[in-house]
Amino acid sequence: MMSSVDPMAIRQGDRLALAKALTAIENGTPESQIIQEALFPYTGNAHLVGITGASGTGKSTLVNKLALALRGSKKGSLKKIAVIAVDPSSPFSGGALLGDRIRMQDLVGEEGIFIRSMASRGAMGGLAHNTAAFATVLDGAGYDPILIETVGAGQTEVEIAQLAHTVIVVEAPGLGDDIQAIKAGILEIADILVVNKADKPGAENTVRSLQAMLALAKGENSLLAAGKHMRQQLTSKMRSPEKISKGWAVPVLSTVATEGKGTAQLVQMINKHRAYLASSGLWQVKENERLRRDLEVIIHDLLVDQWERQVDPDQLEMVVSEVIQRKYPPVKAAESLLSIKS
Amino acid sequence: MTEKKIRVLIAKPGLDGHDRGAKVIARALRDAGMEVIYTGLRQTPEMIAEAALQEDVDVVGLSILSGAHNALVPSVVDKLHGFGMDNVKVFVGGIIPKEDIQILKEKGVHAVYGPGTDTRDVIEDIRQAVKT
Repeated sequence: MMSSVDPMAIRQGDRLALAKALTAIENGTPESQIIQEALFPYTGNAHLVGITGASGTGKSTLVNKLALALRGSKKGSLKKIAVIAVDPSSPFSGGALLGDRIRMQDLVGEEGIFIRSMASRGAMGGLAHNTAAFATVLDGAGYDPILIETVGAGQTEVEIAQLAHTVIVVEAPGLGDDIQAIKAGILEIADILVVNKADKPGAENTVRSLQAMLALAKGENSLLAAGKHMRQQLTSKMRSPEKISKGWAVPVLSTVATEGKGTAQLVQMINKHRAYLASSGLWQVKENERLRRDLEVIIHDLLVDQWERQVDPDQLEMVVSEVIQRKYPPVKAAESLLSIKS
Repeated sequence: MTEKKIRVLIAKPGLDGHDRGAKVIARALRDAGMEVIYTGLRQTPEMIAEAALQEDVDVVGLSILSGAHNALVPSVVDKLHGFGMDNVKVFVGGIIPKEDIQILKEKGVHAVYGPGTDTRDVIEDIRQAVKT
C-alpha cells in the first residue's frame, strides 16, 4: 500500500500514479509534499469550475453531461477533464458514503475523463480540507477544465468561491420562495445560475425570482432584465465598489440535465466566463488571492500542528480542569498556554 | 484531519437490479468509519476496475445475485491486475453456491459472504485484510 508515486509518471498520464498521489495528499503523508513540489511548476493553467447548490438539485447529473460536452467528441482533439466530487463525512463515525458516481456512469471509461470522489472529513465549507491540493495535482497532470462538485450546500457553504474561477450555482424549482433568493449566501457567489429540472412545474417562477434577485443585488450590468430608467435610477445609488464588476452579468440558464437540455448553452457560458476572466485580468487576481490564502491556511495548520506536538499534555489537562472549575475563562487559559510555550 | 481511511468501492456487476444488500453493506461500512464509494447498478467489469483505479480504493466489494459470478468476478480481478492494482482486496457478497466459493477464492477473491452474514464480520475482515 505504501508504493511510492513518481510525479513525472503523473505528468506522462499514468492514472494509477495520479490516483495514488491524490490518496497521499488526502492522508497527508510526507510523500504528498514531494508530489506537490514536483508538479507545482506545471500548474496554474486549469480552469476550475465549481458546481454547488442544495442536495437533490441535480448537480451530479449536470456534471455528468458537462464533462462529456467540455471534453468534446472529435477524435484527436479530446480535452482532459477531471471531476472532483465532494460528499459529506459522517460527524459520528467519520465514514462517508460517496454516491456522486451513480449519476456519472456515462463518464466511466470515457477517454480523458478522470473522476475522484472525496469525503469532506469534517470540513464545513462545502469542500474537503484538501480539495484545493487535489485541484493542483490534477492541474499539474494536465486536466483542464476541472469540475469541482461541492457537498449539497445550503446557504453558507461558500468556500468554493475562493477556489474556483467560475462558480455555477444550481437551483431547482420548488425549494423556496423569492425571499430565499435575496438572502445572503450561496446565490451571491454565482457567476452562472442554473435552474435545473426546468421541466418541473414552477421552474419559470424560480427563474424569475432569481432574475429579480440579481436585479436587486448587483450593479448596472445585471439590470438588463429591468427597464432602462429604473436601471439608471438604481445604479446611481448602488455603486458599492466590488459589485461593479464591469462586463459580467450573471446569467440565469435553464437545464434539464437528465435529458441534456440546456447543457450546450451552459458549456458556452462557462467558456465565455473563462474568456471574460482572462480579458479583464480577473483570472490573475483570483489566482493571486487563492495562492495567498492557500499559504495562510497552511501556515495556520502548521502552527497548530507544531503547538500540539510541543504542548505538555499534563499542563494542558491542568489548565482545562481549572477552566472547568471556572477559575478563569478559556480565552485567558489559551493566552497563558501559548505564551508559556512560544 | 489527515488520517488514513479505508476506501471501499461497492459495485453491482451484471444485470440484476436488487441492490438492497449492497446498500446495507455500504451503510454498515460507512458507520464503521470507512469511505464507501457506491457506483450503482449494472456495471461492467471494465467500469468497476476503472472506478477502483480512479478512486484508489483498498477494497472492492461486489454484490451479485444473478448467478453470473463465475464469469463476472474473475473478469473484475483480472482487470484490476491489468491496471497494476495487485493490493486491492476483492470481496463478494450474494447468492453464491458453496462449490463456487472455492473457485472464486482461487481466482483471487479474499472472501465470499452469503445471506445472513453479520455486517460486523465483514467490517472486521476488511480491517484485517487491509492491514496486511
